[in-house]
Amino acid sequence: MPSLLDTIRGVVQAHGQMPVDVSGLADSADLYQNGLTSHASVNVMLALEDSFDVEFPDALLKRSTFQSLEAIAQALETLGVSPGAH
Amino acid sequence: MDSQDFRTSLFAAGLLVDGGVDGLYHRSFAFEGIVRGVERYVTRAGRVADDHRFFFSPVMARSALVSAGYVRSFPDLIGVLSSFTGGDRELPALLEDLESGGDWTTHLSALDVALCSAACHNLYPRFSHHAVSRDGQVFEVQGVCFRHEPSPDPARMQSFRMHEFVYLGSPEGAFAHREEWITRGGELLRALGLDIAVVVANDPFFGRVGRMLANGQLEKELKFELVAPISSDTPGAIASANYHEDHMGLEFDISLGDGEVMHSACFGFGLDRIALALIRRHGTDLESWPSDVTERLGMDAGGFGRS
Repeated sequence: MPSLLDTIRGVVQAHGQMPVDVSGLADSADLYQNGLTSHASVNVMLALEDSFDVEFPDALLKRSTFQSLEAIAQALETLGVSPGAH
Repeated sequence: MDSQDFRTSLFAAGLLVDGGVDGLYHRSFAFEGIVRGVERYVTRAGRVADDHRFFFSPVMARSALVSAGYVRSFPDLIGVLSSFTGGDRELPALLEDLESGGDWTTHLSALDVALCSAACHNLYPRFSHHAVSRDGQVFEVQGVCFRHEPSPDPARMQSFRMHEFVYLGSPEGAFAHREEWITRGGELLRALGLDIAVVVANDPFFGRVGRMLANGQLEKELKFELVAPISSDTPGAIASANYHEDHMGLEFDISLGDGEVMHSACFGFGLDRIALALIRRHGTDLESWPSDVTERLGMDAGGFGRS
């Protein structure tokens, strides 16, 4: 079973429209500096909601929530997503 | 005075006439004189070469609305024109609905033209798939703009004029243009007696996705508004300063010639809102306005501010 971070990495790869290979990025790498645009981050947000069956509250709908794979994992954990296998 | 009192005072003074739909007004010559005075005043400050100045049509190519990202971000604010494109066989159904009081507009089709969303949206298509100089160019543009946000508040018109100074070029140049105009625009508006504050702002992006775009815009401080009391004591935006980063460059495929994407920035004066803010500040009796203000605006008693 893939880890939470692996699943997030897959979602960002599929929906982030990034010019770099997300599989080669560190968990803490800045996604915006690696080419994630504001509009694409919205696609990532919607895809994460579908994948994990959660809804990001308004307070989390901000740039820093999607700054890195790690930051996304932390945000999902606050929504009750388990850090273990997915 | 709240926005309804202000609206009533504008009608009573004959400055504006109710256009029959919330947010739609007909302008008197006197009101138009203020608008044209503000236009002359900011034009003098802008000093842009004549071949970089454009007055755009209120109607623009629908494709520009799409390319500017406006449909995706503000679907509730756009206006796309429609007309009857059928023939003799299709017309009776329209007429039947028209005569029975039904919704005859369902028989219309969307055209390839839309109402202008922002004056500068007409500028970018001219450079689409081309390169612009890294040294940067400044354009002065004006357009009649439309936003579908009907409201009885006269500060929120559905149809209004925007006068912009737009920069196309390098990231540093775009940022500097915006910063320079925040200062210059503030000075110009304060010299008209307006009580101006500069605030970080966000566009009214649509829905939850929009909340995220708005928060991103706020965090990165991409948009500032120059606010002043307009129709109520709560200040509203009468000018805005925007750094688009590479958004327009990417959407319209405009580069700097060396592979780097063009950056852009614009400073827009809301001509009608500035006129309203001036009326609120100096009164509905234009004859009693301070002479330094009317002189700066080049207004006199004649219609359209001829002098």
